[in-house]
Amino acid sequence: MTDTEPALIREEPARRALDSVVIRFAGDSGDGMQLTGDRFTQSSAVFGNELATLPDFPAEIRAPAGTLAGVSAFQVNISDHRVLTPGDAPDVLVAMNPAALRSNLADLRRAGTVVLNSDAFGERDLAKAGYAADPRHDGSLDGWTVYEIPMTSLTVRAVAPTGAKPRDAERSKNFFALGVISWLYDRPPDTILDWIESRFASRETVLEANRLAFRAGWNFGETAEIFESGYEVRAADLVPGEYTNISGNTAMAWGLIAAGQRSGLPIFLGAYPITPATDILHELSKHKHFGVRTMQAEDEIAGVCAAIGAAFSGHLGVTTTSGPGIDLKSEALGLAVSLELPLLVLDIQRGGPSTGLPTKTEQSDLLSAMYGRHGEAPIPIVAPRTPSHCFTMVIEAVRIALKYRTPVFLLSDGYLANGTEPWLLPDVERLPDIGVAFADGPNHGSEFWPYLRDPETLARPWAIPGTPGLEHRIGGIEKEDGTGNISYDPANHDTMTRLRAAKVAGIAKDIPLTEVDDQDGAEVLVLGWGSTYGSIAAAVQRVRARGLAVAQAHLTHLNPFPPDLGAVLRRYPKVIVPEMNLGHLSRMIRAEYLVDARALTKVAGQPFRAAEIEDAIVEAIR
Amino acid sequence: MAQPTTRKDWSSDQEVRWCPGCGDYGILAAIQSLMPELGVKRANTVFVSGIGCSSRFPYYMATYGMHSIHGRAPAVATGVAVSRPDLDVWVITGDGDGLSIGGNHLLHTLRRNVNLTIILFNNQIYGLTKGQYSPTSEVGKVTKSTPFGSVDHPYNPISLALGAEATFVARTHDVDRKHMIETFRRAHDHRGAAFVEVFQNCNVFNDGAFEQILARDKRPNMLIPLHHGQPIRFGADGELGVVAEPDGTLAIARVDDVGTERVLVHDESRDDPGLAFALSRLARGPYEPTPIGVFRAVERPDYGTEVNRQLLAASERRGPADLGALLRSGTTWTVG
Ligand code: SF4
Repeated sequence: MTDTEPALIREEPARRALDSVVIRFAGDSGDGMQLTGDRFTQSSAVFGNELATLPDFPAEIRAPAGTLAGVSAFQVNISDHRVLTPGDAPDVLVAMNPAALRSNLADLRRAGTVVLNSDAFGERDLAKAGYAADPRHDGSLDGWTVYEIPMTSLTVRAVAPTGAKPRDAERSKNFFALGVISWLYDRPPDTILDWIESRFASRETVLEANRLAFRAGWNFGETAEIFESGYEVRAADLVPGEYTNISGNTAMAWGLIAAGQRSGLPIFLGAYPITPATDILHELSKHKHFGVRTMQAEDEIAGVCAAIGAAFSGHLGVTTTSGPGIDLKSEALGLAVSLELPLLVLDIQRGGPSTGLPTKTEQSDLLSAMYGRHGEAPIPIVAPRTPSHCFTMVIEAVRIALKYRTPVFLLSDGYLANGTEPWLLPDVERLPDIGVAFADGPNHGSEFWPYLRDPETLARPWAIPGTPGLEHRIGGIEKEDGTGNISYDPANHDTMTRLRAAKVAGIAKDIPLTEVDDQDGAEVLVLGWGSTYGSIAAAVQRVRARGLAVAQAHLTHLNPFPPDLGAVLRRYPKVIVPEMNLGHLSRMIRAEYLVDARALTKVAGQPFRAAEIEDAIVEAIR
Repeated sequence: MAQPTTRKDWSSDQEVRWCPGCGDYGILAAIQSLMPELGVKRANTVFVSGIGCSSRFPYYMATYGMHSIHGRAPAVATGVAVSRPDLDVWVITGDGDGLSIGGNHLLHTLRRNVNLTIILFNNQIYGLTKGQYSPTSEVGKVTKSTPFGSVDHPYNPISLALGAEATFVARTHDVDRKHMIETFRRAHDHRGAAFVEVFQNCNVFNDGAFEQILARDKRPNMLIPLHHGQPIRFGADGELGVVAEPDGTLAIARVDDVGTERVLVHDESRDDPGLAFALSRLARGPYEPTPIGVFRAVERPDYGTEVNRQLLAASERRGPADLGALLRSGTTWTVG
């Protein structure tokens, strides 16, 4: 530590205990809010809180500074008990400029706290945010507790010893804000300081500036006496073990690597950059020593086609995509259905149609995954429910793909992809063994028939190039049952169509039964899938806390459905299906089981608030 | 080295179903005859095609094969070649498949230099859909979809491949078995993306498209054979030659008029594809003297090798894959 660095003031102030708090950091895209939120999250995770996060950033890389379009926010819910969602409404809003205040204030809990950067409230800043008058003085903030802190100028002053120019010095103001909030909620500062140290190791001045800004923010909280008191959120009572904080996309990439290890197959990813799936490509590209080949293809179609080529050659073929990418891959997926080769399609759903809302979450690809191809082209579908669950479900998707020689859709979404949660690390030795054997000899007398099926799974043999004697030709034209030769015979087409359907339907025998969180006397079942899990579970808890009975089930397998699902649904007079679309799962349920499932829909680019689902459940009960 | 094989060993048991008289038969025969000479194994050979008459090709080879979807064969084959550098991968495509719907994949496959042998059957027509004009059809082509003649300009597959900086670019035609075999052999032996355009007669929908240059009596004056290191001359007695004009374009001249020293010496190994491109522009269509043979053959690292080299380097640098360590690569903490 140099002389210029003040020590952290660590008096033990009287702190008020909270069981949880929801904080939203909001600022301009260039203000580093994602990083600030991420660091706060990390130190909370290490501290031992339960947590869930919700990053929310604009699609534009650099929207005009200070405008509403350029606001980037990061919400985190930290708690001393189990957390299911990033929180309905923030308790605290950190607003780095007027635009951030304006676009986020409405979400803030009544009587909540606003911490704002008062240096950013000049006339021009207000105008850019569309404020006719200064909201600090016109009553707009009545009802909230407001702390005005001149963050920019305090940062510039704190950073002065580094000799950084004011313009550069200003850039550390997010670390000042992080220092203030870290003090306010008693986060262990060392986690953040250590991280600054390693992250900026190669940039001495920046490192020093960020460190000084963070300390100044912390000490400001301690000494400025503007806050009545600090708070503490005690560590949660987590299952013992080793944890890391993980996002859905990272969990997906690691799960794939695990699937490669557990199947003994090299991984081939064919992908075209597309938000919000691209981070999987980024992450996998780093881990080539696990036998991972990544190809940034010329387009979405080439990405999936190259993966099909790799699958034909005996690799674990994977393609990642989102939004319009799914449309573009449809034809190739039909080919994969016809070739009956293992293939994984990781669809990180986003708002549609067309370009839609690239950075916002939605669950509107379910019907597309289910039916979005010409002809009868069934594809199994699975869906993870939380960020870390992506790890588990991608292994499950690979298991199904390999065992049944079929493309499999995994439907994640923007919320799971970018959201994080603490994850109890699994014992890698105990992950499922999903290895499969390649065909190694004739299967029909002295001949090899590429479409002679396993009577149990209906899967065809996987014979890879390089295996002498098993040379064969396959393609998208209808094939004769057994030999795989081209066949235009109508009866054969009928047989093959039904076989492909039966193969996928038969997977139902090989997946877990529906897990129902039942309650005595429950007349309403809330059925969900994918990322709505947290909001639904939180809503169910609240309903029960009100003394009402409700049951919950969350599907991880959407095609086929678990074999007992029909029976489960019929046990409840009312079924509510919350989903971030206009009713995909509910339609499938109604069609399949003739059950009056009611959709609760939302397509606002944001996950459900628990309260929205709570209201719907209560209404259904009454 | 593989066991010696015969043409029959490379022919599948499937009945060949092109129209009688189709140029595709000759190309199939050439490739089936060539395979035994290459010293490769059937089990290690993969033919990938798209959609179109030519794309039925893999069914007739007793190798591994995939008849994929329209235009995407180069992409599928890239997956095969990159994941399995031990395989010999061929792409069979046509002017509609490879240059229209699949044009993008072809360009990128050539630019990446994926280790593939790409054979493009150019018949200047859509055959399988019964006769619509293709991206290589001449302007004014009257077909069922263009009853008043097509109005869009065709492109030249060789120019296109050279523009994408393909490392091996050649042209041959379906009436000269020997020339085909030699050209395919060179293409096969090339490491990287080898592109061969084959003038192929569709006797049903575009019969005689190449008649003006390929009729036996026309060939001496209409085909310009390219031989590496030799002056580019043609004509019954070699009386014609290709010369460079001061403005950089190429032209055809009588050798007697310009002198032998002005005749361009063909150098397929020139790093700069400019001269090869100029050669590809000599004929505006198959009715003017047209170069055949290898336009370009240069060395450049191929994509699959480079991808796999990075994998090897990563394994050497980071040691054996350790999943447990990967899961612990971020910040971790212990509870309880
Ligand atoms: S339509 Fe033309 S290209 Fe196709 S098989 Fe018949 S002759 Fe050959």
